[in-house]
Amino acid sequence: MNGAPGAAGASPGRIRAGHRARIDAALWLAQRVSAFVLAACVLVHLATIFYAVHGGLTAAAIIARIRGSVAWPAFYVVFIVAAAVHAPIGLRAIAAEWAGFRGHRADLATAFVAIALLALGLRAVWGLAG
Amino acid sequence: MTAGTAQAGDPSRERQSETTPPVSSSIDVDVWRGDAVGQFVRYRVPRQSSQTVLDVVTWIQRNLDPTLAYRYACRVGMCGSCAMTVNGVARWTCRTHVDRVAARDRLELRPLANLPVVRDLVCDMREFFDKWAAARGRLAPTATRKDPVPRVAPGSRERRAADAAIECIGCGVCYASCDIVAWRPDYLGPAALNRAWTLVNDVRDGGNRERLAAIAGDAGCHACHSQANCTERCPKHLAPTASIAGLKRAVSRALLKGEL
Ligand code: HEM
Ligand code: SF4
Ligand code: SF4
Ligand code: FES
Repeated sequence: MNGAPGAAGASPGRIRAGHRARIDAALWLAQRVSAFVLAACVLVHLATIFYAVHGGLTAAAIIARIRGSVAWPAFYVVFIVAAAVHAPIGLRAIAAEWAGFRGHRADLATAFVAIALLALGLRAVWGLAG
Repeated sequence: MTAGTAQAGDPSRERQSETTPPVSSSIDVDVWRGDAVGQFVRYRVPRQSSQTVLDVVTWIQRNLDPTLAYRYACRVGMCGSCAMTVNGVARWTCRTHVDRVAARDRLELRPLANLPVVRDLVCDMREFFDKWAAARGRLAPTATRKDPVPRVAPGSRERRAADAAIECIGCGVCYASCDIVAWRPDYLGPAALNRAWTLVNDVRDGGNRERLAAIAGDAGCHACHSQANCTERCPKHLAPTASIAGLKRAVSRALLKGEL
C-alpha cells in the first residue's frame, strides 16, 4: 500500500498536485456535461431510427435528406463531439484502476483516444453530408 | 462463564429461558489467526439468545484461547473499534446479532479488508485516519473564544447537509467495503470524504479552499463511482456516496469560479 497521507490529487508524472486536482476536476465536469448531451442525442437518434424504419425509408432516401440539410450534420457533429469527450474519460478511469495506468501519460493517451474518435466520427459525417 | 463477570449481551440463565431458545446449542466459528499470513482456526461456541458476534469473540478469548487479539471498547455502537469481516461482510460486531448473520450455524471472522493486519482480528487503522487528516477533516476556525458563539440555524441547507453526515463513528466499515480503495490504495475513501463534506457545510469553518484542493482529483472524490457499497454497509446508515457527490459539485463550482 502506498497510501501516503497528503497524497490526494498527487499522481505520478511531472504535474504539481494543485494542477493535477484541477485537471481531474475538469475531466469529471466534462464527462458529466457530455453525459447530458449524449442522453439528449441518444433520444433523438433512437426516435429517428424508429421513425425511419416505420416509415419504410431507404438508406438512399435518408442520405438524400441528410445531404439536403444543415441541421442533421450539425446534430451529428454535436453527438460525436460529446462521445469523443465522454468515452475517453471513462476509459481513462478504467485504465487507471485495472491497469494502474495513470498520471501525465494517461492524460496524453486520453487525448489521443478523444482525437481519434473525433476524427473517425467527423469523417463519417463529412462522408454523409459532403 | 463465571458468575459476576457476565458481559452485556451475555444474559443470565433465567433470562435466557424466558426468551426464545437459540436455534441450536452451539455454533462453529472460523477465526483468522495470524497477520497477513495465517489460517482460520475453528472454535465451537455455545449459543445464547441475543448473542452478538462480539460476544462470540469474547467467549473464545476468555474460554478457549486467551491469545486471540481483537478490539472493542464501548460495546454499544459508539466507539467504532469493533468492526470485522463477518461471513465476508464488514460489520460492527457489538451490534450484530449472531441470529441475523450466521448462515447454517457457521461464522467466519476476519479482520477488516483494505487495511494491514496487525494480528488476528486487529487491523492497523493508521492509514484510515491519516486520510482523514489528508482530507482536511479538522475544523479551520474563523473565530476566537473572544468572539460571540456563532448562531447556526438548524433548518438551514448547510446545517441539514452536515447533520446528515455527522454521526460517523470512524469504524472503517465503509472503507473496508469500497472496491475503489482496493483498486487504488491512495484513494482517500468514503469516511474521510464524508467528514470533509460535513466541514464544507460548516459555516464556522474557513478552510474550504484548501480542503477542496485536497479532496479534488482521482485520489479524492473523483475516484468514487457512486456504487454505494459504503452507503449499503454503514452501520450508522450514513450515505458517504451522497456526501461525495456533494463534494464533486462543490469542487466543480470552485473550479468554474477559478478558486480550485
Ligand atoms: C449513450 C450515452 C451515454 C450516456 C447518457 C452516459 C452517461 C453517463 C453518466 C451520467 C456518467 C456519470 C458521469 C459522472 O460521473 O457524472 C457516465 C460515466 C461514464 N461513462 Fe457514460 N454515458 C454514455 C455513453 C458511454 C459510452 C459509449 C461509454 C463507453 C465508452 C461510456 C463510458 C463511461 C464510463 C467508463 C464512465 C465513468 C464511470 C465512472 O467514472 O464512475 N459512456 N456516463
Ligand atoms: S460510493 Fe464511492 S466511496 Fe462509496 S463504496 Fe462506492 S466508490 Fe467507494
Ligand atoms: S461512514 Fe459509516 S461505515 Fe464509514 S466509518 Fe463512519 S460510521 Fe463507519
Ligand atoms: S465496541 Fe464500540 S462500536 Fe462496537
